[in-house]
Amino acid sequence: MTRRYSAFALFKEGLNAQKGWQKAWRSPEQKPRYDILIIGGGGHGLATAYYLAKNHNIRNIAVIEKGWLGGGNTGRNTTVVRSNYFFPESTALYEMALRLYETLGRDLNYNIMLSQRGIITLAHSEAEMEMAARTVNAMQINGTDAELFDVEDVRRVLPLINLSPEARYPVFGGVWQGRAGTARHDAVAWGYARAADRLGVDIIQSCEVEEFLVEGGRCRGVRTSRGEIRADRVGMVVAGNSSHLAAKAGFRLPITSYALQACVSEPIKPALDTVVLSPATGTYASQSDKGELVIGGGLDRVPSYGQRGNLPVLEHVVSGLLEMFPSFRQLRLMRQWAGIVDVTPDSSPILGESPLPGLFLNCGWGTGGFKAIPAGGTLLAHLLATGKHHDVSRPFDLERFARGRLIDEAAGSGIAH
Amino acid sequence: MQLFPCPFCGPRNESEFHFGGDAGNQRPEGFRDVTDGQWTAYLHERNNPKGPANEIWMHLTCGEVFRMERDTVHHRVMRSMALVEGGGDDGMAH
Ligand SMILES: Cc1cc2nc3c(=O)[nH]c(=O)nc-3n(C[C@H](O)[C@H](O)[C@H](O)COP(=O)(O)OP(=O)(O)OC[C@H]3O[C@@H](n4cnc5c(N)ncnc54)[C@H](O)[C@@H]3O)c2cc1C
Ligand SMILES: [Zn+2]
Repeated sequence: MTRRYSAFALFKEGLNAQKGWQKAWRSPEQKPRYDILIIGGGGHGLATAYYLAKNHNIRNIAVIEKGWLGGGNTGRNTTVVRSNYFFPESTALYEMALRLYETLGRDLNYNIMLSQRGIITLAHSEAEMEMAARTVNAMQINGTDAELFDVEDVRRVLPLINLSPEARYPVFGGVWQGRAGTARHDAVAWGYARAADRLGVDIIQSCEVEEFLVEGGRCRGVRTSRGEIRADRVGMVVAGNSSHLAAKAGFRLPITSYALQACVSEPIKPALDTVVLSPATGTYASQSDKGELVIGGGLDRVPSYGQRGNLPVLEHVVSGLLEMFPSFRQLRLMRQWAGIVDVTPDSSPILGESPLPGLFLNCGWGTGGFKAIPAGGTLLAHLLATGKHHDVSRPFDLERFARGRLIDEAAGSGIAH
Repeated sequence: MQLFPCPFCGPRNESEFHFGGDAGNQRPEGFRDVTDGQWTAYLHERNNPKGPANEIWMHLTCGEVFRMERDTVHHRVMRSMALVEGGGDDGMAH
């Protein structure tokens, strides 16, 4: 039985007609009771289970997923990882995640294909250059890597971009974060699932949480499409469905759900060696290892749970890309899809206990939670295991909306939504 | 492109409309008596239903604000109506 992935295992199984590989995770029957239950088998839910087992040595845990592992936003995103935020609270959070990503492949014994190819956030006017300088300063002060790029620097990393001063959106420079890049999104979900399973976590798929069991004012478990499961503490990690489940638990959240779209072109030879983001044109793109251009942009403007996205925003995103890279006009689009994301008023996530005691939240990541998976998992695991905040998660508690201490990243770092 | 019905202008492209939040989310009255909780609920908490929704929208082109009932899963619009009784049918509201 080959359990660990290694060059030697590959060689051995090569001689053995690949017959000895084990399933990456089990499909166990659910137990009637667990110490901790996690709703949602996306990246954040699976990472939470893994860190509960690894960091807190709690093994009697289940992850309940209504569909299949990583079939939510974790399997639908454009795979960008970065920590170029504005406020110290955000940098602490996203930098924790990026640091964990840097060693995650080894930690999980699973190749997550992290590629730190850098990200350039373009500035298209003198005023945007001043904002870029402000962002670079903030990032450096907060302790992450950042450089202010001028046009020549941009030419070096983006040889195909239209740098003509006559361009509709002339390029003045931008913010560079060299440690940013991409990671294979499915591999992150599968790697956490496999590692959590090996530590004894039960991953239960095709099982939908329908109601909460509330006794004495506390959450005591859930009722699922396959019956009741009881637990001392429950974590809810259901991006895009957070308000829907919160309503069943008896409270409302500061969240609106929107579709966020992405698309890929046909595969081509290496043409784009970094991640490029242009807030002004509402577009970002990178090239996948297969050669496809992976293209994304801003939110749809209509609140929605319809997981397909609409045409006006897609047109806007694609026209923004072609404006910057005229040579991409020849490419055909192969696929388009959308995921439903939780958008908060300050574009920052919610981490902490919910208004229903015993039920803990990890939600509100909006358009950018893939990059945060290792941190979101670590922090929710800490909350579930100890009942208390980690220093990094405290500012992101739901209470911030009552106290008015918002962490307004859309205003701070000028991200697109 | 989806068409949304403005009660004043009729069916128009979705890109002409701006989402304005939950219908019935009234600003709490009474300056000193309003608690943190009430302000939070008013300013930040949202129904965000999966399914039938009752919402405020603005038609940017004519500048009118109105109420729309639609389904957030399949996007079908059930009703759209002016906020004030008699609005939207006399041709004078513009
Ligand atoms: C098109 C697109 C592009 C994106 N690009 C990026 C990017 O480049 N970089 C980045 O950092 N982020 C990006 N994001 C955001 C990122 O994908 C999400 O923030 C992140 O994946 C959220 O992870 P999660 O584990 O919380 O959610 P998910 O992966 O969505 O997992 C939630 C799970 O909960 C399950 N669930 C829901 N309700 C129930 C229930 N009642 N019972 C049981 N299970 C339930 C769902 O089936 C789902 O599997 C993008 C998102 C989209 C849609
Ligand atoms: Zn109108």
